[in-house]
Amino acid sequence: MNNTALTDAHVALKAKMVSFAGFNMPVLYEGINIEHETVRNGLGVFDVSHMGEFILKGDNVLDLIQKVSSNDASKLFDGKIQYSCLPNATGGIVDDILVYRIDENTYMLVVNASNIEKDWDWISKHNNFGVEMKNISDRTSLLAVQGPKAAMALQSLTEIDLSGMDYYTFRKGVFAGIENVLISATGYTGAGGFELYVENKNAKQLWDAIFEVGAPYGIKPIGLGARDTLRLEMGYCLYGNDIDDTTSPLEAGLGWITKFTKDFVNSANLIEQKKNGSSRQLVGFELLERGIARHGYEIFDQNGRLIGKVTSGTQSPTLQKAIGLGYVDTAYTKEGTEIFVRIRETNVKAKVVKPPFIKISTR
Amino acid sequence: MNFPKELKYTKDHEWIRIEGDRAYIGITDFAQRELGDIVYIDINTLGKDVSRDEVFGTVEAVKTVSDLFMPVAGKILEFNKKLDTNPELVNQDPYNDGWMVKISLSDLGQIDQLLTADAYAGLVGE
Repeated sequence: MNNTALTDAHVALKAKMVSFAGFNMPVLYEGINIEHETVRNGLGVFDVSHMGEFILKGDNVLDLIQKVSSNDASKLFDGKIQYSCLPNATGGIVDDILVYRIDENTYMLVVNASNIEKDWDWISKHNNFGVEMKNISDRTSLLAVQGPKAAMALQSLTEIDLSGMDYYTFRKGVFAGIENVLISATGYTGAGGFELYVENKNAKQLWDAIFEVGAPYGIKPIGLGARDTLRLEMGYCLYGNDIDDTTSPLEAGLGWITKFTKDFVNSANLIEQKKNGSSRQLVGFELLERGIARHGYEIFDQNGRLIGKVTSGTQSPTLQKAIGLGYVDTAYTKEGTEIFVRIRETNVKAKVVKPPFIKISTR
Repeated sequence: MNFPKELKYTKDHEWIRIEGDRAYIGITDFAQRELGDIVYIDINTLGKDVSRDEVFGTVEAVKTVSDLFMPVAGKILEFNKKLDTNPELVNQDPYNDGWMVKISLSDLGQIDQLLTADAYAGLVGE
């Protein structure tokens, strides 16, 4: 199992460690609810160094990215980030990714830890464009500093104007005395904040500096458990749960990052699917009776007909309600539709709602 | 972690406090830590006879769900109603306010097969 550069720091903080995508990761330190609330209303920091980073470089780099990704990367400019996915040839998704344009000929792709090898092979296979590819995952650490107080708390660590940065943009600069930190106004929580990419050798210095300036704001370390409840309240897809090799981006509600303004892997089939509609759709739901829906639970209509499956579910710490995502037959996707989640032999009433489950601004 | 000596334990992480032919059952400090923030406890066996090792209810935590197993055979007499409004009592005070059910024992002979605090502590690596 792989450690991150900060594993010792997590153990010293008495984190509960779990194996996740081959990495030894903190799932919680104090408890999911308190950590969740800390990020929603204050400031928390996650070690998400398990994520993968590829650098793509060359005169034709945009052609390769346009070929393998579903969003239109030609819209990017230097310092701009785009959410995208890598469609496979059979209608599913290889991975969902972030695309960073560093300069005209250089991009960084950020991929899920569990898919690093698969994505690398997939992109390499389509690299008929002479693009130089570098996998820097093993030497790159990533800290996500998330919460409404992030910009205020971190400002003293850099001369870059953090509160002036637009969502989904990045800058490179000196941060906490470390050169060449990539500061990204992104996150997976909906609470606002920044993601900081540094070399492993600087990770501990960055971690310590963040805690020092965060202390007056009540900063806490946050585990993957709260990361999951935070992203689910926003309705963000998790690869391996809500999207995978068999789910189409259109079914998953990722039509907004599937742009038919260009040709890409499987785009012809996806255009057809868009025209004809798909048989199922990913929807959000909340339970109206006591219970918690979990990944894999079946969904029924009021006549007891099987209409779908839960892909993610939890008790929302903010709403104190059970929420979830799942695929259902297209006839049951309208907001307010009554559906039933089978929880241990009982059909528990739920209704379809449109994510995000909580309405807040992301910045 | 805390494993009171006066209680008996199971490998499934329940504790049982025996008072004559009655007993209280809950989950251990180890179990509540593993589960994390508990959302509710579902006991669907009230008034029923349940055999040893059978499921008498479930615990739903934010992260996961877990079955509750009977340490010994018995009849479920009572559910701790405080847990309906304050399920976090199981996290805060697993051996006292966080008790889950009260039972009447149907086979006192089964008591001998329960784990002592020391044996249970060994099982969870303490």
